[in-house]
Amino acid sequence: MTDDARNHDGDDAGDGRVRYDQARYVEDGQYEPLLSEKDRTTVEIGDSDDSPLPEDLTRDSLELPGLSEPELARHYTRLSQMVYGIDSGPYPLGSCTMKYNPKFTEDVAALPKAAVHPDRSERSIQGTLELLYRLQDYLGRIGGMDAVTLQPPAGAAGEFVGIRVAAAYHEHNGEGHRNEVIVPESAHGTNFATAALGGYDVVSLPSDDGGRVDLEALEAALSENTAALMLTNPNTLGLFERDITEIAEMVHDVGGLLYYDGANLNALLGRARPGDMGFDVMHYNVHKTFATPHGGGGPGAGPVGVADELAPFLPAPRVRKNGPGGSEPTYELFDPDHTIGKVHGYQGNWLVLVKAFAYIARLGDDGLNDASAKAVLNANYLASQIGYDVPYEPFHHEFVASAGDQDAADVAKRMLDYGVHPPTTKWPEIVPEALMTEPTEVESKKTLDRLAAAFNAVAEEDDETLEAAPERTTARRIDQTSAARNPQLSWHALEDES
Amino acid sequence: MNGLHATGSPYAPHTDDERAAMLEAVDIDAVEDLFDIPADVRFDDEFGIDARTERETRRLVRSLLGRNDDLTELLGRGHYGYYVPSLVDHLADRSEFLTSYTQYQPEVSQGFLQALFEYQSLLVELTGLEVANCSMYDAATALGEAATLAERVRSTSGHRVLVPDLLLEGRRSTLENYVAGTDLEVETYPTDDANVDLDALADAVDEDTVMVYAENPTVRGTIEGGLERVGDLAHEADALFVLGSDPVALSLLQRPADVGADAVVGDASVLGLPTSYGMGLGLFACREDYLRQVPGRLVGASEDATDRRAYTLTLQTREQHIRRERATSNICTNQAWVALRTAMHAAYLGPDGMVDLAKRGVMRAEDLADRLDEIVGVTAPIHDRHHFREFVAHVDQPARAVADDLEQLGFAVHVLGEHEIQVCVAGVPDEQIDPFVDAFAEVAR
Repeated sequence: MTDDARNHDGDDAGDGRVRYDQARYVEDGQYEPLLSEKDRTTVEIGDSDDSPLPEDLTRDSLELPGLSEPELARHYTRLSQMVYGIDSGPYPLGSCTMKYNPKFTEDVAALPKAAVHPDRSERSIQGTLELLYRLQDYLGRIGGMDAVTLQPPAGAAGEFVGIRVAAAYHEHNGEGHRNEVIVPESAHGTNFATAALGGYDVVSLPSDDGGRVDLEALEAALSENTAALMLTNPNTLGLFERDITEIAEMVHDVGGLLYYDGANLNALLGRARPGDMGFDVMHYNVHKTFATPHGGGGPGAGPVGVADELAPFLPAPRVRKNGPGGSEPTYELFDPDHTIGKVHGYQGNWLVLVKAFAYIARLGDDGLNDASAKAVLNANYLASQIGYDVPYEPFHHEFVASAGDQDAADVAKRMLDYGVHPPTTKWPEIVPEALMTEPTEVESKKTLDRLAAAFNAVAEEDDETLEAAPERTTARRIDQTSAARNPQLSWHALEDES
Repeated sequence: MNGLHATGSPYAPHTDDERAAMLEAVDIDAVEDLFDIPADVRFDDEFGIDARTERETRRLVRSLLGRNDDLTELLGRGHYGYYVPSLVDHLADRSEFLTSYTQYQPEVSQGFLQALFEYQSLLVELTGLEVANCSMYDAATALGEAATLAERVRSTSGHRVLVPDLLLEGRRSTLENYVAGTDLEVETYPTDDANVDLDALADAVDEDTVMVYAENPTVRGTIEGGLERVGDLAHEADALFVLGSDPVALSLLQRPADVGADAVVGDASVLGLPTSYGMGLGLFACREDYLRQVPGRLVGASEDATDRRAYTLTLQTREQHIRRERATSNICTNQAWVALRTAMHAAYLGPDGMVDLAKRGVMRAEDLADRLDEIVGVTAPIHDRHHFREFVAHVDQPARAVADDLEQLGFAVHVLGEHEIQVCVAGVPDEQIDPFVDAFAEVAR
C-alpha cells in the first residue's frame, strides 16, 4: 500500500463508501508496455524473391510487433482490466444512457447467418431484410413516426440525415432559400456541428429561467429562413418541454421542420412519442435507448424516423414488405422517390441493429414502459439522496447538480476512487460546475445508495484531496495540457521523441 | 425468467419493497407522478410489441436469420470476409472493452486508450503518414471527411473534388451528401483499363481542384502503378492527394507516403470483422501539417502524476462537444470497438502474417483468374493489370443469368455489366475454389 492510499483509505467509512483499486501493470517503470515495446519485426518486401509483384508496385518493408497468441492474449486481457465498463459498476454519464447490455444480444449478433456480404442478392438474404423491416416497424411505433431508415451509423450521422432530408424537402418545395437551423444553447454539441456540416447558419436559442425553451426568444429566432429547430425532449437538464405543442406550431407556422434528438428518448418510452408531439423528423440512439454496447466509443446506430411527407427523401435503400411469396412474405430494397442518396457506404452498422432488434423484442411493451418508469424513478431517487444542489426540476431520467464551490472535474476524478464512474461534468453550462447525472433504470437501490454515498463523501472533501485524485485507478491524474501541446499520437512519435 | 422480473424490464432490478422505499424518499405515491408530460401529448396506447423470454428472443432471431441462404461469398468491392481468428472474438468481447463508453475519464480507461493508440500506430506504419485518428464510420464517410478537410486546409479556394469514374456508388453518394453543405462539387475523371487515366487526369486537374482521389487497389481489384504522377498532378494544383486503401493492401502495396499521398482513407474492418452486411471501420490518416484540422478522435501519449506514460483523448478542441458549429466534424460515437478488433487481428497476424495475407491476395486472384480463363466462353481477367484479391471476368453468357445459376449452386458473385462478373478470393477457403471453378464452368459455357 502506498502512503497516499493509506491516507485516504475509505475501507471503514461504513456509509457505503467503497474502496476501488483498478488493475495496474508496471514494467520498467511504465504501465503495460506497448506492443511495439515487446517486439518489433521487420519484413523486407521490395527485393524479396517470393514477392508476387514487381518491386515498383510494393513497399520496401513492414515493421510491426510479431508476438505469439499467448502473449497477445495476456496483453489484451491486461488492457481490458484497465478499462471501466458498465459491467464494472455504475456509469451515470448524463445524456449518454449507459445501460447494462444484456449478454444474449451478443450471441444473436454472432449467429453465422448474421454474417452476410452487403452485395448479396435480396433473394438470398431474406432473413436480414425481414429483421431490418421489423426493426423499422418497431422504431416507427415507438417514436410515432411513419417511416424509418436504419442506415445512419451513429446518432450524429442520424442528425446529419435529418438535416439533409429537411434540406431536400425544402428544396423540393421551392423553399431552398431557408438557410438557418435553430439550436438551443443547452443542446448536444453534435446538433450545432451537424447543422453547420449541412451548410446551415446556426441560430443559438437561449433558455428561459426555468431551463426550457424561451418562447419569446424562439419567436424572435423564427423566420422564413428557418429550415428547422433541433430539440431534445426532455432537454439536457432532464426537463420536459411542456410547451412542445406550441413550439411545434410556431415552427410549422413559419414553414420550418421540428427535429427530435433521440438522445433522451429513454425517459419517454411508452409515455410520449416525438411524432405525437409534432416532431417531423427524429433520430434514435439505439446504443443508448435500446442497450447495445457502446464499445468504448462505438459502433452505435442512429436510425431516423420521419413523418409521411418526408419519407420520399430518406436515404436509399430502405426495406419494404412485398406481399406473400409462396408461403412467406418477401422483403426487398427500394429507393425512396426523392432520396438524398446514401450516408454510409452500405447499410450502416448491421450488427448493432441486430442487437437493438433483439433487445426490443425481449422487452416488448411492458419492458419498455418499465424501463422509462424506473429510469425516471432512479434519477429522482438519486437526486434526493445527494448533498449537491440540483437547481432545475422536475426532471425526468437525468438531472444536473452543481458542484458549487468545488471544481466539477476534480469531483469526477475523486469519484473514481470510490469505484463509480462520475457523471458528465461542466455541461450543460447553464448550471455552474455541472454534474449531469443519469443513472438509468438498471441500477438497484443499493447501487444508487452507494453512488449517493460517493457523491456525498466527495462533497465533504477539501480541494487538496480532490486535486490529488484519482489515486486508486490505473493511472493517476493525466496531464492533458502537455498531451495537446506536444501531441504524440503513435509509437513512432514516442520513438522520435526519445 | 426469475420471479423478480415477471413483468417489466428484466434489466431493471428493483424489488417492490425497494421501489416503495424510493417513492417514499422522493415523496410521491406513484412513479407516474414523476412524468411532467402535458395530457395532450401523453401516449396512452400500446406499441403492440410482445415481450419474450430470452430463449424465445434467441429463437426468433435465429429463425429470422435462418431465412438467409448459406452461400460461399466470392464478393468484394470494398467489403471483405477474411477469416477472423478466435482470439479477436474472445478478447474484444471482454465486457470491459465492450461495455465502456468514450474515454472521457482516461484514468479508468487506459487499456482501451492504449489499444486505440496501438491502432493509430498500426495505421501510421502502414501509411507512412504521421497522424491517424482512431476511427470514422466507414470508407465512404472517411472519404467525405477527407473532402471537407481538403477544403479547410488548402491555401487557395476552389470547389472541385475529383474522383475516378469507377468509384463505388455508395462512396460517391455519401461523399456528395458530405459536401452538400459546402461549395464543393464532386466530378469524375476517366479510368483506363480500370486504373487512373493519367493523361485525362492531367487535363482534368486545374487550380480550382481541391482534392484528387484515387484508390489502390481499385474497386475492380487492379493495382495502380502511376500513383506518384497522380500525387504530382494534385500538388501542382495545390490540391490534396487522397488515397483510398485498406490495411491488408497497405501491407504489400506502395506506401502512401512514398507516392505523395496527403491523406489515406478506406475501410480498415477488412481485418477484425467478418462480413457484417457492410458494417465498417473508417480509416483516416494524414500528414502532420493538418493535425489541427483532423476530424474525429485522437489518442495521445502524456504522463500521469507519477510521471508514468499514460494515454488520453487529445486535441479535443477540434471536436463537436467543445467547438460546436466550428468543429472539424460532427462525429461523436465512432467505431472504437471495431478499431480494437482490427488492431487485435493485425497484431495476431504480425508483419509476416500481414504481408503473407496480402501476397496470397495477389497470387490466389491470379490463379483463379487463370483457371476461369480456361473455361470456354470466359475471359479472365479483362484488365491487363496486376490484381489484388479480385478481378473482373467477361462471360459470353448474360452475366445476370450466370450469377443466378451460380447462386443456385451455392456461390455469390458480383454482376457488373451485361457480360461482366467480378470475383473475389478474400476469405474464401482453399477447398471452395475447385467446386467454384467447376460450378462456373457448368453455368458459363
